[in-house]
Amino acid sequence: MTGRVAITGMGAISALGRTREEFWDALAAGRSGIAKLEGISAPLRFSNGAQVRGYDPAAHFDAKEADLLDRFAQFGAIAAREAIAHAGLRGLPAQTAIVTGCSVGGIGTEDGQFEELYARNNPRIAPMTIPRIMANAAASRISTEWGVGGPVYNVSTACASSNHAIGQAFWMVRSGAVDCAIAGGSEAIFSLGFLKAWEALRVVSPDTCRPFSKDRRGMILGEGAGMLVLEPLEAARARGARVYAEIAGFGMSSDAHHITQPSSDGPARAMTAALGDANTPPEAISYINAHGTGTPANDPVETAAIHTVFGAHAGRLGVSSTKSMHGHALGAAGALEAIATTLALDRGVLPPTANFTERDPQCDLDVIPNTPRAEQIEWAMSNSFAFGGLNAVLVFRRAA
Amino acid sequence: MPDDITQRVIAVIAKTQRLDPSAIQPESTFAELKIDSLDGINILFALEEEFKVSIPDDAAKKITSVKEAVDGISQLLAGGTA
Repeated sequence: MTGRVAITGMGAISALGRTREEFWDALAAGRSGIAKLEGISAPLRFSNGAQVRGYDPAAHFDAKEADLLDRFAQFGAIAAREAIAHAGLRGLPAQTAIVTGCSVGGIGTEDGQFEELYARNNPRIAPMTIPRIMANAAASRISTEWGVGGPVYNVSTACASSNHAIGQAFWMVRSGAVDCAIAGGSEAIFSLGFLKAWEALRVVSPDTCRPFSKDRRGMILGEGAGMLVLEPLEAARARGARVYAEIAGFGMSSDAHHITQPSSDGPARAMTAALGDANTPPEAISYINAHGTGTPANDPVETAAIHTVFGAHAGRLGVSSTKSMHGHALGAAGALEAIATTLALDRGVLPPTANFTERDPQCDLDVIPNTPRAEQIEWAMSNSFAFGGLNAVLVFRRAA
Repeated sequence: MPDDITQRVIAVIAKTQRLDPSAIQPESTFAELKIDSLDGINILFALEEEFKVSIPDDAAKKITSVKEAVDGISQLLAGGTA
C-alpha cells in the first residue's frame, strides 16, 4: 500500500466532442466549442453556449433505457463507459466506489414536465419524472450498468461538485477503503427556465467567455460529462495498466462569506490544503487549470488567491481556463478540467485560455493566451470554486 | 417632493431590501444603503417588473445609486437606451 492513486482511464463528452480524444484535440488546438444556442425558443440576453452537438441517445441506449434517463444521466453513463474501456477493464472490482458530481440534476425533464402542467393545462406529470431528475441518477445508472455494489453517491456543491466528488473518491482509494473508483461529474442544463434564471443573475456573457481578459463580460454555460478511473498505483502497475497521471492531493474549504460574491481567502486555503495533502511545496506546481469563469468578479479574486498561495512562484506558473473552450459545465466542470489537466501532464501540452484579447492588470498571471504550449511538466493543480463559497482543489502529478 | 419615478424607485428598493422608505433618499448610494452586488441584481429585477422595462446588462452595471436608477429608468421609459 503506497497510498498513491493512479488515473488509468478517462471519458469525456462535451461541446468539444463526444469522446475524450475529440475533447483533447480541441483543447490542444485552442479551439472553442462555444456557439450559438440551439433548441432554445424564447429570447435571452445571451445567445451563446457550449452545448453537446449532434447527440443521439439511440447510439448509446435502447429506447426503453433512454426513457429512464435524463440527458445528464446519459452523458454520465457514456463518459463512464469510455473511461472504463480506456482503463482496459472489462469489469470493475467488487470494492469499487462511484462518486459523481451533479449540481442541477435533470432540469430538462423537470422543465418540460412542469411546462405541461403550468402552460398546457395537462394535469398529469409523467411517472418517470422523479427518477429522471434526481441528481444521483448518473451514479445509480453507472452502478446498475456495471454491477457496482460498493459506495455509490452524488455530491452537489454547485460548480465545485465534481472536484469534491473526485477528491472524495481519491481519498477512498488512497486509504484502501476501495480498490477502484469511478469519479467525475455530469450536467445538462440547457432548458429555458434554467437559462432564464441565469439571465436574471447577469453573469452570463453576451458574446463569449474570455477568462482573465480585460474585456471579459461573463461566463458561458456548458454541459457534458467527465469520468475518471482511479486505482491504487501499485495495483494499476501490477495489472499492466497505463497510468496517465496520479491524483496526489485534495483540499477543500468554505469562504463562510457570501452566497455569490467570491473571496480570495477561501480559495487560497483550499489550494494550500490540497498542496499539504499532496505533501508538495507550491514551487513544485507548474500549471493551474483555473476556475476562471470569465466573470468580472471571479478572475481577479482567483488571481489574488494564487498570489497568496504561490508568492513569487505565481509569476512562473502557467494558468489557463479551459472554460473558454468547453464552457462552464457547472457540476461537470471539475471533471472535464481534471481530464484536461491529466492529459496536459500526459501529452506535454498546456491548453490555453482561448478568446483572450487584452491583458488585465488585475489578472497578472501567465494565462497561456490563445496558443497551446508544448511543455512537459511534473505537477499541476485544478481549481473549482462554487456559489455558496465552497472550494475544492485537486493536485495532479505526472505518471512516473 | 421627489418626482413619481423617484418615489417608485425608492419604494421598490425599500421593498426589496426590507427597508423603511424613509431610510432611502433620492441621493442615497447603494453603498450607503449596504446594497451589495447580489442585492443590486434583485433590485434591477424588481425595477424591471415595476416599470415593465428590460434593463440591459451594460446599463445595469452603471446603476449604483438611487439617482442612477431613476435616470436609467427615465431613459428607458422615454424610449432611449439607458
